[in-house]
Amino acid sequence: MGDLILLSVSSIFVNNILLMQYLGNCPFLGVSKKMETAVGMAMAVVFVLVMAGVFTWVVNTYLLKPFEVEFLRTVAFILVIASLVQFVEMFLKKSIPALYAGLGIFLPLITTNCAVMGVALILNKEEYDFIHALVASTAYAIGFGLALVLFAGVRERILLARVPKPLQDTAIGLVMAGMMSLAFFAFKGMA
Amino acid sequence: MAKSAVQEFTKGLWAEIPPFRLVLGLCPVLAVTKGVETGIFMGIATTFVLVCSNVIVSLLRKVIPKGVRIACFIVVIATFVTVAELLMQAFAYSVFMKLGIFMPLIVVNCIILGRAEALASKKGVGVSFADGLGMGIGFTLSLFALASIREIIGNGTFYEIPVFGESFQPFTFMIEAPGAFVSLGLMLCIMNLLGKK
Repeated sequence: MGDLILLSVSSIFVNNILLMQYLGNCPFLGVSKKMETAVGMAMAVVFVLVMAGVFTWVVNTYLLKPFEVEFLRTVAFILVIASLVQFVEMFLKKSIPALYAGLGIFLPLITTNCAVMGVALILNKEEYDFIHALVASTAYAIGFGLALVLFAGVRERILLARVPKPLQDTAIGLVMAGMMSLAFFAFKGMA
Repeated sequence: MAKSAVQEFTKGLWAEIPPFRLVLGLCPVLAVTKGVETGIFMGIATTFVLVCSNVIVSLLRKVIPKGVRIACFIVVIATFVTVAELLMQAFAYSVFMKLGIFMPLIVVNCIILGRAEALASKKGVGVSFADGLGMGIGFTLSLFALASIREIIGNGTFYEIPVFGESFQPFTFMIEAPGAFVSLGLMLCIMNLLGKK
């Protein structure tokens, strides 16, 4: 039990997927201009990331490894993720239209979100068992959501500030992301 | 025809150089620019995948049904990423180990899918090839520039050869995660200052 708690804390903060492992930066900068879209994206990613973590773990353990076709890992993972996203989209559209209206436009974008593929590859590399894989992917997803929502808050404030012209938009966003990353860097001392 | 291919090639080198002009595919840019060596190899691998996927997508553009085109593109890209991965494993194993999970992650690099969708699925093979090559070389140059700055300041070395004297105290901030974000942000700022032309 203790190691699971340690794993989740380190996955949320110390190895934060956005700010420390540099995964999933495109949506991070793309949708963080408004708090609403950031929350929508964060929820969609949490949802898909956990499912993708579990599914790719199953595919890897019960299909790729027994048949010794691990060189197909990249193709297999991306197909699992793409079809999962498609499936989630269709499922939400049919059964939970309210949630679909909220997440709808973000779902197709998730297929090319490096964070989802990245977590699948990290789980595979660390060779976790099922429980650890589940906990780690949940924690990574929470870390992603946390960083994205915090960053959106910062970015809404910067709209009110006078930023020099060449630095506007993405450039200042990246510098601020660096500052936030510095804050998360402090968690490294904890581990 | 020949002229437009040249245009497609050169625009990747300056006017639309990724990732500075087209802010796409930032994850590998931030992650592999700790050192010049990994930066260059990542650039070459991405160029290879980009050129091959552009050519194949362009050849198949009349066969692929509209509804499932994204899935088809991804399968094409994933295949070439696997090829690149195996090649690098065979010929540059130490770099392959350093790149780690970022090698298979080329498959979700938005630049490649973006070019397949925006250009290769509409234009002919020659133009797509030129575009892929131009974008790829532009991407490699960007990685090289950023990696040089980060490695020289953050580690005091260039391609793992020390450039400053013994007394140089490395500014480690630059090779850690925060430095990656800040230096890329400042690079974007410089590119904006220089203008499009």
